[in-house]
Amino acid sequence: MLEVVALRRAALQPASFSLAAGECLAVRGPSGAGKSLLLRAIADLDPNEGQVSLDGQARDSMTAPQWRRLVGYLPAEPGWWADSIGEHFSNWTTVSPMLDALGLPAAACAWPVSRASTGERLRLALVRALSVGPRVLLLDEPTAALDAVSVAAVEALIAAKVVQGMAVLWVTHDTAQAKRVASRCLVVEAGQLRQEGPEWTAISL
Amino acid sequence: MDSYIALGYGDLALASLLVLANAGLSLALDLGIHRRLLIAAVRMVVQLSLMGVALTALFSHVSPLWTALAALVMVGFAGNEVASRQERRLTGLWAYGLGTGCMMLAATLVTVFALTTALRPQPWYDPRYAVPLLGMILGNTMTGISLGLHTLTSGLITRRAAVEARLMLGETRREAMGPVIRQALRSALMPIINSMSATGVVALPGMMTGQILGGVTPVEAVKYQILILFLIAGGTGLGAVSAVLSGAWRLSDSRHRLRLDRLTSGKA
Repeated sequence: MLEVVALRRAALQPASFSLAAGECLAVRGPSGAGKSLLLRAIADLDPNEGQVSLDGQARDSMTAPQWRRLVGYLPAEPGWWADSIGEHFSNWTTVSPMLDALGLPAAACAWPVSRASTGERLRLALVRALSVGPRVLLLDEPTAALDAVSVAAVEALIAAKVVQGMAVLWVTHDTAQAKRVASRCLVVEAGQLRQEGPEWTAISL
Repeated sequence: MDSYIALGYGDLALASLLVLANAGLSLALDLGIHRRLLIAAVRMVVQLSLMGVALTALFSHVSPLWTALAALVMVGFAGNEVASRQERRLTGLWAYGLGTGCMMLAATLVTVFALTTALRPQPWYDPRYAVPLLGMILGNTMTGISLGLHTLTSGLITRRAAVEARLMLGETRREAMGPVIRQALRSALMPIINSMSATGVVALPGMMTGQILGGVTPVEAVKYQILILFLIAGGTGLGAVSAVLSGAWRLSDSRHRLRLDRLTSGKA
């Protein structure tokens, strides 16, 4: 579904890989190796070159906002632009099943952003990214600040979306998590991307 | 203008004692600003004296060429001032070009508007009207543009995550940068709003008091001052809007990305 061919940008060597519908690919590598830069390049948030397409439709053939509605990106530290949580969602009632699934109270709508904890904000931002209805989701350590219960809830929610056909690129430092959520693995080291085959996966995970 | 009192150089020397007294205070209280204070005072005297000579020359040859040249030099200095007041400048020629270009546009339009409608000197480019008018409009437009650009760049830097969060949800750069742009425009226009509110109650503007000292009746001087404040408000608004919008356009691109890499890093 998502085809990335010779994608390059500052601090990242040309990267190529493909992601099928209903597939979750883990992205691993040491801190500062360029994992977030790779996700930002795919989301077209920084200048980059190369061919990226979704279902055969080239990224350059659509506007950047159109592309980002199809290919969502959740950064490690999501941003908030308004005072209250609810103002960041176009429709609070439609997202309530997802909020329930992640253990977030419906009353959070009226909270000022500062009242939500780091972990709550991460989960709220995940719901916000999903509410747009992306075909592909780029996740940058979405469970880094969460307790075990919330981690399981996030993994279950993403797994349900993957079953429905969403493709996911999931940056994680947690080998056990990579093994749980992903079928394959990409490794970024010093700005270079390499794919790990199934036999590699078996050894390294 | 029979009541006009001309000043002698002795009178100025006497008044300059006040600045020397300030320098003495700085020494006594260990403020460490006496050098800068004295240099600024000397600069002021030299710059104004040169301006006096230049204006005398300009007024004696009423020429469109020389008036335009004087205007260009003034805009150039103002552009330099705008660029040097920015903590993080745009890269390349934009640092200087953006502020200067917008100032030139706004100040020229407003000055020419006033010269051809309200004042109508003969000829319209008569430097006795054009140069002081441009100077007053330019000074205020400069403040507005540098405040607006400063608020824009610092706002985009501190609220980068918030702006990018909106871009990531598929909003356009116009929507995503909207709050920062509006904040920049508000802060650019605040000084002229404040100065209009306080004028006549707290502050008596320099130009109006100057005219009164020169023998013009208060009612006439007040009319001039009102005209000038309207012109300044127009120039500041036009200059700030064009500078902030072009700055925001330069700090993003057609793929709706935030391009903070087009700012110089750190203190300039």
